[in-house]
Amino acid sequence: MYHAIVFLPLLGFLIAGLGGRAIGAKASEYVTSGFLVISALLSWVAFVQVGLGGAEPFTVPVLRFIQSGSLDVAWALRIDTLTVVMLIVVNTVSALVHIYSIGYMHHDPHRPRFFAYLSLFTFAMLMLVTSDNLIQMFFGWEGVGLASYLLIGFWYKKPSANAAAMKAFVVNRVGDFGFLIGIFSLFALVGSANFDTIFVSIEAIAQNGDAEAFSFLGWSLTNSSAITMICLFLFMGAMGKSAQVPLHTWLPDAMEGPTPVSALIHAATMVTAGVFLAARMSPVFEFSQTALIFVMLIGAITAFFAATVGLVQNDIKRVIAYSTCSQLGYMFVAIGSGFYAAAIFHLFTHAFFKALLFLGSGSVIHAVSDEQDMRKMGGLKNLIPRTYWMMIIGTIALTGVGIPATMIGTAGFFSKDAIVEGAFAAHSPLAGFAFTMLVIAAVFTSFYSWRLIFMTFHGTPRATADVMHHVHESPPVMLVPLYILAVGALFAGVVFYDSFVGYSYDAFWQGAIFMAEDNHILHDFHEVPFWVKASPFAAMIIGFLTAYEFYIRSPERPARLAAQHRGLYQFLLNKWYFDELYDFLFVRPAMRLGRFLWKTGDGKVIDGMGPDGISARVVDVTNRVVKLQTGYLYHYAFAMLIGVAALVTWMMLGGSN
Amino acid sequence: MTDWPILSTVTFLPLVGVVLILLIRDEGAAAGRNIRNVALLTTVFTFVLSLFIWAGFDNSNPGFQMVEKVEWLDSGISYHMGVDGISMLFVILTTFLMPICILASWKAIEKRVKEYMIAFLILETLMIGVFCALDLVLFYVFFEAVLIPMFIIIGVWGGKRRVYASFKFFLYTLLGSVLMMLAIMAMFWQAGTTDIPTLMEYDFPVGMQQWLWLAFFASFAVKMPMWPVHTWLPDAHVEAPTAGSVILAAVLLKMGGYGFLRFSLPMFTDASIYFQPFVFWLSAIAIVYTSLVALMQEDIKKLIAYSSVAHMGYVTMGIFAMNPEGIQGGIFQMLSHGLVSGALFLCVGVVYDRMHTREISAYGGLVNNMPKYAVVFLILTMANVGLPGTSGFVGEFLTLLGVFQVNTLVALVATTGVILSAAYALWLYRRVIYGALTKESLKSLLDLSGREKAIIYPLVALVILFGVYPAPLLDVTAASVDALINNINQSIEAAAVASDGLQAAAQ
Repeated sequence: MYHAIVFLPLLGFLIAGLGGRAIGAKASEYVTSGFLVISALLSWVAFVQVGLGGAEPFTVPVLRFIQSGSLDVAWALRIDTLTVVMLIVVNTVSALVHIYSIGYMHHDPHRPRFFAYLSLFTFAMLMLVTSDNLIQMFFGWEGVGLASYLLIGFWYKKPSANAAAMKAFVVNRVGDFGFLIGIFSLFALVGSANFDTIFVSIEAIAQNGDAEAFSFLGWSLTNSSAITMICLFLFMGAMGKSAQVPLHTWLPDAMEGPTPVSALIHAATMVTAGVFLAARMSPVFEFSQTALIFVMLIGAITAFFAATVGLVQNDIKRVIAYSTCSQLGYMFVAIGSGFYAAAIFHLFTHAFFKALLFLGSGSVIHAVSDEQDMRKMGGLKNLIPRTYWMMIIGTIALTGVGIPATMIGTAGFFSKDAIVEGAFAAHSPLAGFAFTMLVIAAVFTSFYSWRLIFMTFHGTPRATADVMHHVHESPPVMLVPLYILAVGALFAGVVFYDSFVGYSYDAFWQGAIFMAEDNHILHDFHEVPFWVKASPFAAMIIGFLTAYEFYIRSPERPARLAAQHRGLYQFLLNKWYFDELYDFLFVRPAMRLGRFLWKTGDGKVIDGMGPDGISARVVDVTNRVVKLQTGYLYHYAFAMLIGVAALVTWMMLGGSN
Repeated sequence: MTDWPILSTVTFLPLVGVVLILLIRDEGAAAGRNIRNVALLTTVFTFVLSLFIWAGFDNSNPGFQMVEKVEWLDSGISYHMGVDGISMLFVILTTFLMPICILASWKAIEKRVKEYMIAFLILETLMIGVFCALDLVLFYVFFEAVLIPMFIIIGVWGGKRRVYASFKFFLYTLLGSVLMMLAIMAMFWQAGTTDIPTLMEYDFPVGMQQWLWLAFFASFAVKMPMWPVHTWLPDAHVEAPTAGSVILAAVLLKMGGYGFLRFSLPMFTDASIYFQPFVFWLSAIAIVYTSLVALMQEDIKKLIAYSSVAHMGYVTMGIFAMNPEGIQGGIFQMLSHGLVSGALFLCVGVVYDRMHTREISAYGGLVNNMPKYAVVFLILTMANVGLPGTSGFVGEFLTLLGVFQVNTLVALVATTGVILSAAYALWLYRRVIYGALTKESLKSLLDLSGREKAIIYPLVALVILFGVYPAPLLDVTAASVDALINNINQSIEAAAVASDGLQAAAQ
């Protein structure tokens, strides 16, 4: 069964990718979507068995992989609760996105390719979440990066799409650099890349914290500082994939890809891989307080930063993209609090409501003739009511609508509040900072989410009459996936709360997530004062009211405010100028340096002092002496043979002496 | 079969093809066809025969196998052939690529077909000889003679600046050869034999080792090529015909790495340890330097050539890490690079044959009318970048893992190569393949022909196969590499004991 879950998408990819032309677009769609649906259903079976039913974690061997020296890794599927949670997230969203795309992409001539890429992505993501060693995980990690590259650049005629695809890959590679160094260091410390071995030995190593581990860049590291270094480098990989500041710049640009791609890759699954990595490596992260503090810092900054930028974006997809970035920040704050289960819980619920929002916005874009600028929308509420209500559900789930201190609320209410309360309760010097950042970010989240709703669906229509005339509700093939996701967005929180972070914690996780003995976050986050529990609720209300004031009651106010604070507005609109800064700091100097090394280093210095001077003279001479250009070649060949003969003769004479 | 001298047969079989080609009268189209057919059949047959070497190879035996030895007078020199886990796969790589090269030249070469094919067949014999030779003199003869046909291939069938390129190539390698020849003489003087297995056991005095090491290094470093003696490679690649580039990148560059493994490490162990940081830094510089330079190239072949230098940087640093991961990774990286860069140059050849330009700016949007080509090029680009699942990853990863255990700073610097390689490779891909098809001259281009598929698809398949399942290659090399490392460790221990003894005596 586990082979089927993981390899059916691969099979679908191969059929649609290699045979897409032969079997046609329709068949490619049905084959890939059908396989994914089977995969998703089997994943739920696995989830019930392993997660809820309490079956023992186990490993399914697949094939030998790399065996060299003391490195010995194999292709294998590691099945535990963390894996099956990811399996249902990945396969459910992927299956729904496949089905949705049948409707969304029906005009596109390259559908087999599109579906092949989607299935390839799903396969790589499954390899990532099922891996039982770091190398296979890196395979999945890079595989999803490749699929993301291909899908962002799917419309390859658009230069902006090509640029965004390349940017995503290269920025991710910066993170991968850290990931690789992390793997190398872990291997140097533990002598293995397999999770089982690492998890078993790391505890003993951590307990012997002051012993010397290995020397790094001239410093000799103790065991505990080595663990910190490993965590920081692994987290660098996570920052790239999960678009955390300062490696976040690729995610908003990635919206160049088709909208279903954004829902699947850049909201629900791939970008959460970093969170998954940290949770999977919780046995290591638990032993480095320093690394956790750093994770919390980055998470809090990202949650805040992305939310501020989201406030002013006008592209409907970019708003949601920054929202994703911000929510990922929340998850990393949870990791930094030592509250891995809450991070995974939020990952789980976020997958439903963010995919819902993206697919819903896709439905909007579909309705208004591929327009993405919210300034040219408005008043769509009654024209596409089903999409409208789905977007409302997504929004209340994202903003975390619910009644504090009860079990009544949307999915985001449970997971987000758990993170906020966990941040407050965490034994971390940054706990207060992170808590404040998250609450402020919650205000912004609520504001930009409702701003999106109001600008898109309410008010007077701003689109041209022609576009308005064509506005139509999406077909059922696109709406049904929305309904299913909406169910998840509403109820995934209340149903699974106990399992993920509540009373059934131990029975559910079965040790898939490790917490050190002095980590009492699971208990402490319940014990926070009421005002802490109420603060996300208050933030949500404030954001909603402000958005209502700005975009329903007095729609002229945002423009006035922007004019008053021009500098701040531009600063936010231009995403804090990160792109310009990187261009100035890295891209241009690298190119200048490359040109310098090429023209001056290779050309003037090495060649000038070396062969060029000599060969130029030789060419001059031979050109004069030998008219036939190829003639001298044989001369040199001949001279070389003579040399060899001379050598042999000399040796034979020398040898017989 | 056991007594059959299979190595010599495989080595010299291409010369039979040469004789047959010489018998064909050089007139007309029919003659050209016959010549091509003979060359193709010879190389295919050689390849099939060479598979018996692999089939008969015992992975668990770390020593030399299928050994043939004939004493030559009483000189200490002998005709001695054999393969071990380090060399065997290079023989297969060579024989595998030769039919592909012949097919790649099928239409591209129109003038002097006879000489061209003869040059290639002789080249094959010499290359196989390099990897099988177990006598220094024999090795030297093959090693240096390889330059002659290569030199001719570039100089006669090359591009516009072929004279400049072949001279540069020649000047660089000449320097190395002379020094290596002197070193060989010195070794013979010292040890009284040129037999490689015997010399591997022989302990050269430490001071002499360093000189010998440097002399061999001069030759191998040029061949690799290592920074800063790499500048001949981009020119040679640019001017060489497609098949010449393939062989140059895929096999000739590997002779340097093979030389390090066969001579420098086992024979001059102490010197190798002494010079380890030196090699590490040259390699690390090469990776960063040439990757940056590749970023700015305007010529497709030059870009790939510079990326080759960067990839060879991983090889040299892996070899000199002197641990199993590093050395096996280095060998794997060489084999993988043989497939990947060979296939990349074939890809360049595909569009060069149609457009007769290698300027990146002359292309753009090829995905629109050459989708198959775009897919192949993508897979190879990803292999070049070292994406897991392609063979490029395994070698790069293992070498870096090996180096990290010895010198973290060098590993850190070298690992930045994963960022830079993504940048230059994807930028190339974007400029050549993606975009709208606006250039008039490109609109009529046809996708891969049957012949082109036949030569590129097998390479792509192997790149993926060995990326997912590298075991067949790693298994072959494991025992020999372990033995090599044992030797190195023994001599480290011996050196430690000796210095302890000295200290004790001093006290």
